Amino acid sequence: MSSHEQQVRTSLKSEPLVSPGIGAGFMATFRRDLLIAFRHRGEMANPIMFLLMVITMVPLGISPERAVLSVLAPGMIWVVALLATLLSLDGLFRADYEDGALEQLLMSPQPLYFQVLAKVLVHWLVTGLPLTIMAPLLGVMLSLPAAGFWPLVFSLFLGTACLSLIGAIGAALTVALRKGGLLISLIIMPLYVPILIFGSSAVSSAIDGFPFGGQMAVLGAFLAMAVVLAPVAAAGALRISVNG
Amino acid sequence: MGWQWFHRLGSPRWFYEKTNAWIPWLAVISISLLVTGAVWGLAFAPEDFKQGNSYRIIYIHVPSAFLALAGYYTMAISGAIGLIWKMKLADMVMKSAAPIGAVLTFVALVTGAVWGKPTWGTWWVWDARITSMLVLFFLYLGVIALQEAYQHQDTANKASAILALVGTVNIPIIYKSVDWWYTLHQPATIKFTSESTIDPSMLYPLLMMVTGFYVFYALVLLMSTRSEILVREKKTRWVKDLATQ
Repeated sequence: MSSHEQQVRTSLKSEPLVSPGIGAGFMATFRRDLLIAFRHRGEMANPIMFLLMVITMVPLGISPERAVLSVLAPGMIWVVALLATLLSLDGLFRADYEDGALEQLLMSPQPLYFQVLAKVLVHWLVTGLPLTIMAPLLGVMLSLPAAGFWPLVFSLFLGTACLSLIGAIGAALTVALRKGGLLISLIIMPLYVPILIFGSSAVSSAIDGFPFGGQMAVLGAFLAMAVVLAPVAAAGALRISVNG
Repeated sequence: MGWQWFHRLGSPRWFYEKTNAWIPWLAVISISLLVTGAVWGLAFAPEDFKQGNSYRIIYIHVPSAFLALAGYYTMAISGAIGLIWKMKLADMVMKSAAPIGAVLTFVALVTGAVWGKPTWGTWWVWDARITSMLVLFFLYLGVIALQEAYQHQDTANKASAILALVGTVNIPIIYKSVDWWYTLHQPATIKFTSESTIDPSMLYPLLMMVTGFYVFYALVLLMSTRSEILVREKKTRWVKDLATQ
C-alpha cells in the first residue's frame, strides 16, 4: 500500500463529510456551467445568428419599406427572441443528463432549487443577455423608431430572464426524451403568451409616446414570480424525468 | 371514518365496480337534459331581436366553453392528487380528462367561429376571449403531447401532472393579459351575482344545457377512466375474470 493511498484512507476515516453551504453549491454549479458554456463558444453564438437571420427574412418576406417595418419591429423582435430562447432550451439539462452529471446533482445534499437557479442563470447569461444586447442592432435593421430602443432593451432584459426560467420547466420535463426539442416549444409556448404581450406592448406604447412603466412593472412582477416558482417546478420535473 | 371513501379511491378495482351502477343513471340524466335543453333552446326559445336565430348557437357554445375551463381544472387537480397521494386512479382521471377537455375547447372555438360569421361578418377575430380559448387549447395539446411522448406510463403521468399544474398557475395570468391586450367581445351576460341581462325564456334552456353538459362530461370522463383502468390493470386477476365472464 503506497503512502499516498494510506493518506487518503486516513483522511477519509478521520474527516466526516462536510457538505458545502447553499451559496457555495450555487456558485460551484454556476461557475461550472459558465465554464462549459465558454468552452463551446460556437454554440453560444447560435441563438444570436438565428435571431439575425430570421430578422433578415422579415424585409425579404414582407416589405423593405420603412413604414411597414417600423410597425412590425417591436413584435417581430420579441417573437424572434422568444423563438431563439426556445431553440436554445433543449441544451439546458440535456448534456448533464447524458453524461450522468444530472443524477449526481439530484443525489447531492444541495437543494435542487438553487442548483436549477444557477443553471438557468447561466443559460440566461449566454442566451438572453446577448439577445438583449443585440436588440438595438435588430432595431436598426427593422427601422425601429428612436423612442423604442431603450424600452426594447429593458423589456428584453426582464423578459428573456422570464423566458429562461419558465422554459427550464419544459426543458426539465423533456430531458429524458430523445426528441425533446420540438416538444419543449409545444408545451412552453402557451406559457410565454403574457410575457410576449407585455414585452412588445411596452415597446409599442413607448413608440406611440405613452408611458410604459406599467408594462415594465408587470414584466418585473412576472420575473419575481418566475424566480420563486419556476425552479421549484423544474426541480420537481427533473426528479420525475430522471427517475422515470 | 369519513375519509374511507377517499382511501378506497386508491383501488381502481373498487372504483370500477362501484361506478358500474352509475353509468346508466348518468347516461339517462345527461341525455334527457341535453335533448330537452336542445329542443327547447333551438325550437321554442324566442328569437333574438338583434341577432335573429344565429344566437341559438350559444346553447352549444357557452356550455362547452364553461367545461373547457372546468375540464382543465379537473385535469390539473386530479394530476395534483396523483402527485401528492400517489393515487393511481387520479392519474388515470387526468389522462382521460385531457383529450375530452381539448375536444370541448375545440367545439367552443368552432361554434364561436360559426356564430362570428353572421354576427361579425368574419370567421375569426383576434379578440380577447377567443384568443385565450385558443391558448387554452394549446395548453391542452401540450399536456396530451407530453403524455404521449413518454414510454413509461408512470413518468408520463407525473410529467403531465406537473405541466398541468404549471398551466393552472398560468391560466389566470394568461386570461388577464390577453384581456388587457384586447377587449372587443361583448361583456359577459350570465352573472349570478347581479341581475342577468339575458331573458329568462332564453336563460332556462341555456342553464339546462349547461347542466346537461356537466353531467355528460362526468359520464364521458367516467367511461374513459374506466377503459383506462381496464387497459392498465389488464394483467390483474379481476380484469381477466371480467373478460372471461
